Amino acid sequence: MRIEKRLQDSRAMMYLSPLLALLLTLVSGALLFALLGRPPLGSLYTFFIAPISDLYGLSELAVKVTPLLLCAIGLTLCFKAKIWNIGAEGQFVFGALIGGAVTLQLADSEGFWVLPVIIASGALAGLVWAGIAALLLTRFNANEILTTIMLNYIAVNLLLWGVHGPLKDPEGLNFPESALFASQTLLPVLFEDYRVSIAIFIALFMLLVIWVVLTRTLLGFQLRVMGENHNAARFAGFNGKKLIWLLLLFSGAMAGIAAISETNGPVGQLIPTLSLGYGYAAIIVVFMGRMHPLGILLASCLLGLTYLGGEMTQIDQGLPKSITGLFQGMLLFYLLACDLLISYRLVPGSNQTIKEHKV
Amino acid sequence: MDIGMFENILFAMVRTGTPLLLVALGAMMSERAGVLNLGQEGMILVGAACGFIAAYAGSSLGWGVLAAVISGVVVSLLFAFIALTLISNQVATGLALTIFGTGLSAFLGAGYVGQTITGFNTVKIPLLGDIPLIGKALFEQDLLVYLAFALFAAVFVVMRYTRLGLIIRAVGENPDVAHALGYKVMRVRYGAVMFGGAMAGLAGAYLSLAYTPMWSEGIAAGRGWIALALVVFASWRTERILLGAWLFGFASILHLLLQGYGYEISPNLLAMLPYVVTIVVLVLMMYRQQNQGLFAPRSLGQPWHSPK
Repeated sequence: MRIEKRLQDSRAMMYLSPLLALLLTLVSGALLFALLGRPPLGSLYTFFIAPISDLYGLSELAVKVTPLLLCAIGLTLCFKAKIWNIGAEGQFVFGALIGGAVTLQLADSEGFWVLPVIIASGALAGLVWAGIAALLLTRFNANEILTTIMLNYIAVNLLLWGVHGPLKDPEGLNFPESALFASQTLLPVLFEDYRVSIAIFIALFMLLVIWVVLTRTLLGFQLRVMGENHNAARFAGFNGKKLIWLLLLFSGAMAGIAAISETNGPVGQLIPTLSLGYGYAAIIVVFMGRMHPLGILLASCLLGLTYLGGEMTQIDQGLPKSITGLFQGMLLFYLLACDLLISYRLVPGSNQTIKEHKV
Repeated sequence: MDIGMFENILFAMVRTGTPLLLVALGAMMSERAGVLNLGQEGMILVGAACGFIAAYAGSSLGWGVLAAVISGVVVSLLFAFIALTLISNQVATGLALTIFGTGLSAFLGAGYVGQTITGFNTVKIPLLGDIPLIGKALFEQDLLVYLAFALFAAVFVVMRYTRLGLIIRAVGENPDVAHALGYKVMRVRYGAVMFGGAMAGLAGAYLSLAYTPMWSEGIAAGRGWIALALVVFASWRTERILLGAWLFGFASILHLLLQGYGYEISPNLLAMLPYVVTIVVLVLMMYRQQNQGLFAPRSLGQPWHSPK
């Protein structure tokens, strides 16, 4: 088998690659389950189908999709411009910390303004956290991958400090948790007895917004150009630094809102393990979703499902819940491997080297 | 401050710096060959989990270290195959390795949380260990710390004095020229990545078998990322990596010092220090490099395949 460069990138493979990656992940998953002495197909059913086989399951999927989609919306714009913001996790956590602090302050407040203030505080906190990375990148040229990762660890420690210290529930049993949030500070749920809240509409609305921005505005054009060629963008007179600021701040705000969707939604208080790695999973969402709004919607459903599947597998098969991370990692690995087929194709032959067409 | 406390601080600094030293040596090697592997964190975690499990099951620390190194190499091969053979984006592939390694290690280690083993003991080297001030820090450590010193020396010699070091650097600076000269670019890069995997695996073993002899989820606590920053800090030079590792080691144990002086600061806030220091150092380095030109290997992170 030999790898040969295609004359031009294959659009079909671009869309087929995520499906191929999913298929390979399912096959590997079945093998893994068999290896662990579990029925392969039955376990796959438990992981991928059973969690969403009823109405409650579907609403739980929407609960998971909300933060994933919000984080992914911001990251999509960043990654399109090749700004590697790995910090959605930290922006989420810092958003949760500040949003939570504001929520606790507003425990006795009533009024239509309470929720908007809480959401805004979360968004602003996420924005500030991303702003640090933007400052370090534009002012000092410090690699944004490393700075955003470091900010993730710093944010997690700040949250730990918060729930062990000033934000700890004074009436709790000395657990590192905040008090339960007052009911009027919680996001209204869509249906009684289900946990999915109005935050899903915020996520879908923002998805629509970036769709319009990407396809209908000069800004969308600018960031595509910047992603493809930094030099071309500079020649065209785009202000790269301004764009970096804009994209990182927007992305941070989205992650901050994602945090509120969790803290003031299904979780209802501040706890040490608030984010189940949504900020990292959102990176996979963006790649799986091909940085396209419709794609990331579908991909966030798939990644959301891996969380539900992990829980279901733990209950049903007695396997650790962390199998979720294993499936997430496999998905991204297979996707990147399959992406080879976008620009290259496999042709039979024994020659190991890659043939380049002279175009 | 008395001499004893100073000796203890140096001792803790070297211990804490050891996993960073190991990972950074491996990461530097693969970056020198032009491959940016952001999966260090994942490789450490897999090494730490596999090392602990093997040591626990085989009730032998030796098996643990061996298993950690082998598992590190195996997962690094996953990265190498996708990033090098399948010519993928190295940034994304490295992230994938970290996500995968985090998940895999948590999955494998789930049944071992809370289990304990007897870790590596310190071995005092006669005479040298009695040197005042630095004796305890350098010559009264456990075997893995000595191994790290030896590996540091080996990498230093290879990179500075040998033909192999020259080839690795040539491949990282300009793979096309290296290829034209007849060097096997792919083989060198595979080798460098695997060396990185072995070193990260060993660092994992150090964490779960010596530093804190136990397994807990996410035991690497960002050390893989700090090591990557350390390579930038060291401008890809071996001798500076040792200094950097000790500097970061010192930043990580600063809280001991502060507590020693009776400062009451939340341990959670103090735990942020190494990460803050990393950012500060990155900023300072980039500021310097802007003025003096970049030290990074020229083809770092760029996909390459052999032309026909």
